[in-house]
Amino acid sequence: MSRGSLVRGGLFVLVLATLPSFGLQHWFLNLMVFVLMFATMSSAWNLVGGFAGYPSLGHAAFFGIGAYSMALIFHGHVLSNGYEPFLLLPLIGLISAAVGFPIALIAMRTRADVFAIVTITFLFMVQTLAFNLRGWTGGSQGLSLPVAPFPAVSFEEPFYYTLVLLLCFTLLVTFGALRSKVGLSLVAVRADEDKARGIGVRVTGVKVLAFCVSVGITAMVGGVWAYYETFIYPQFAIDPLITIAVVLMTFLGGRATLWGPVLGAFVLEAGQQTLAYRLGGSQFYLIAYALVFLVIMLLLPRGVLPTLGDRLRQRRRARSVDSTSGGVTPMAAGAAEPPVALRRGASA
Amino acid sequence: MSDLLSIDSVSKTFGGVHAVAGCSFAVAEGTITALIGPNGSGKTTLFNIITGYLKADAGHVTFAGRDVTGDDPGRLYRSGLSRTFQQARVFPQLSVLENLVVAAGRGWSQLFTKRVGGDDRRRASELLEEFRLAPVADLLAADLSYGQRKLLEFAAVLMSSPTLVLLDEPTAGVNPVMIETMERHIRQRNQAGITFLIVEHDMTFVMRLCDPVIVLDAGRQIFSGQPAQVQSNALVLDAYLGA
Ligand SMILES: Nc1ncnc2c1ncn2[C@@H]1O[C@H](COP(=O)(O)OP(=O)(O)O)[C@@H](O)[C@H]1O
Ligand SMILES: [Mg+2]
Repeated sequence: MSRGSLVRGGLFVLVLATLPSFGLQHWFLNLMVFVLMFATMSSAWNLVGGFAGYPSLGHAAFFGIGAYSMALIFHGHVLSNGYEPFLLLPLIGLISAAVGFPIALIAMRTRADVFAIVTITFLFMVQTLAFNLRGWTGGSQGLSLPVAPFPAVSFEEPFYYTLVLLLCFTLLVTFGALRSKVGLSLVAVRADEDKARGIGVRVTGVKVLAFCVSVGITAMVGGVWAYYETFIYPQFAIDPLITIAVVLMTFLGGRATLWGPVLGAFVLEAGQQTLAYRLGGSQFYLIAYALVFLVIMLLLPRGVLPTLGDRLRQRRRARSVDSTSGGVTPMAAGAAEPPVALRRGASA
Repeated sequence: MSDLLSIDSVSKTFGGVHAVAGCSFAVAEGTITALIGPNGSGKTTLFNIITGYLKADAGHVTFAGRDVTGDDPGRLYRSGLSRTFQQARVFPQLSVLENLVVAAGRGWSQLFTKRVGGDDRRRASELLEEFRLAPVADLLAADLSYGQRKLLEFAAVLMSSPTLVLLDEPTAGVNPVMIETMERHIRQRNQAGITFLIVEHDMTFVMRLCDPVIVLDAGRQIFSGQPAQVQSNALVLDAYLGA
C-alpha cells in the first residue's frame, strides 16, 4: 500500500507542478485554482467527516474565518512583496485551529445528525457576526484586500503553487494519520466510539485533534481565496454551499480514503465550472451537476474508490478463504440455542 | 483469597424498571465466577455499571482495592478490567490484527507511532496463534463469522494484560466446536492468573467451568455457592420457572 501511494503521490505532484509551464490559458489556471481549493478542503474535511465519522457542516465557517483573517491583516496595506500574505498562512491556520478547539470539545459531545446541526448552527453564527461586526468586516459592504502585485501573464501561478503545497501538506497529514495509531484510533471511533473508549482508545483526543487540523487547513484555503478574490463578502466567504460541495466531493470520491476527496473535487468542481461555462448564465448547470452526482452515487453508493476497493478485496478474500479452509471453520451467524438453557418460563 | 471485585448495594432504574436493585456480591481473585439469572434479571446492566459504561443510581464498585464507582471505561480498562459484549463488538473496518492492536490500551505518546509496529505485531501474533486466528489475521473483521468475532473480541481484550475479564454470554450463538474452544481459552487464561466473571445461559458450560455461581433475579443476588448446589436450590428454581 505504501509504495503504491508514494508513487501515485509523486506522479500527481509532478504533473501538478509542471502543468503551468505548458503555457496554459488563464481560464484553465483559474479553474485549477478552484479545483485545488476544493481538493484541499475536501481532503481536510475527510479527516473529520470521513475518518472520524463526524459529518461537520460548519467547515465553511472556518473558510470564512481564514478569509477574514487574511483580509483584516492586509486591508489597507500596499504590498511590496506579493508573497507576504502566503507566508502568514500557517499563522492563520494555527489561529483557526485554536478557535476550532473549544468548538470541537463542545460539538463533539454530540454525534452524527446532531453534530451536523450543531456545526451548521456555528456556521450561521459566524456568518451573522460577519454581517454585523461592521467595524471590522464592513458588513454587507464587504472588505477589500490589496491586489497581488504579480505580472498579469502569470497572475494565477503563485496562488496555484501555494494551493499545490497546501494540498500536498493535507495529503501528507492524511497519509501520516493513516499509517499511525491516529488513523487506527479514528477508524475505531467511527466504527463504534463507545467500544473504542472502553478499550482505552484516546477517543476525545484524536477526534478533537482531527477537527483542529481539518479546520486549520480549511482556514488557510480561505485565506488564499480572499487574497485571490481581493474583495470578500459575508455571503460568499461563509457560504453553506462551500460546505455542501466539500461534503459531496468527499462522498463521491470516497470517504475515509486518501485519494477519494481529491478525485471527487477534480470531477465535481471541474465538471461544474465547465457546465457553467457551456450552459452559460442559466442555472441549468446545477441540474446537470446534481445529475452527475446522482448517477455516480447510484452506481457506486459508497463512493468511487471504496466501491472499487471492495471489489478487489472480495476477489482477494475469495482466494485466501480457499487457501485457509481447515484453519478456522467459518460458521453461520446466530446459531442454535445453547444445549441446556435456563430461561424464565421455559418448561423444565 | 481476597476479593478482586466487589459490588456494594448497586441500583439502577430505567424509567420505572428496576434493572439492578441493591445488588451486592464479590468476585474472589483467581476464580471463574458465573453470573446467571433469567433474561432481564440485570446481568448486562450490572456489567455496564462495573465497566463504567453506565452510571449507577446508587452503590459502590471496588476493583483491586480501589473505589472505581463512576470511573471512565477507558481508565478502568487500562487498569486491568476488560469485558466483552453480549453481541460481539469488533471494528468491522479494521483487520483482525488491527482489532488486537487498537485494544492494547496505550498512552498519548504512542498515538504518533506506526499503525502496527513490530512490537504490536509480536504481541498480537501470540494471541492470534493461540486463538487460531492467524490465517485470517489480515482479513477485515467484517469478513469473520459471528463465532470468530466473539473469539476475536475475547482475544482483543487480552491485549491489555487484564487482571479481571467480564464475558457476557460468550457461547450464545456459537457452534459447539467454538464453545469448546472458548472454554479451553478461559481455562488456560485462568491458570495464567486472570480472574473471570461470566454471564452464561448454557448451564452445562457453567457446571464444567465455573465456581462459584452467583444467581441474580430481578436485579438482586438470590444465591451464591457451588455449581452443584445451584440446580437444587428452591429460590433459584423459583426464579427460573416463575413462582
Ligand atoms: N438502556 C436501557 N433502557 C431501558 N431499559 C433497559 C436498558 N437496559 C436494560 N434495560 C432493562 O433492564 C432490565 C435488565 O436488562 P439486562 O441487564 O439486559 O438483563 P440481562 O442481561 O440479565 O438479560 C430489563 O428489564 C431491560 O429491559
Ligand atoms: Mg444480557
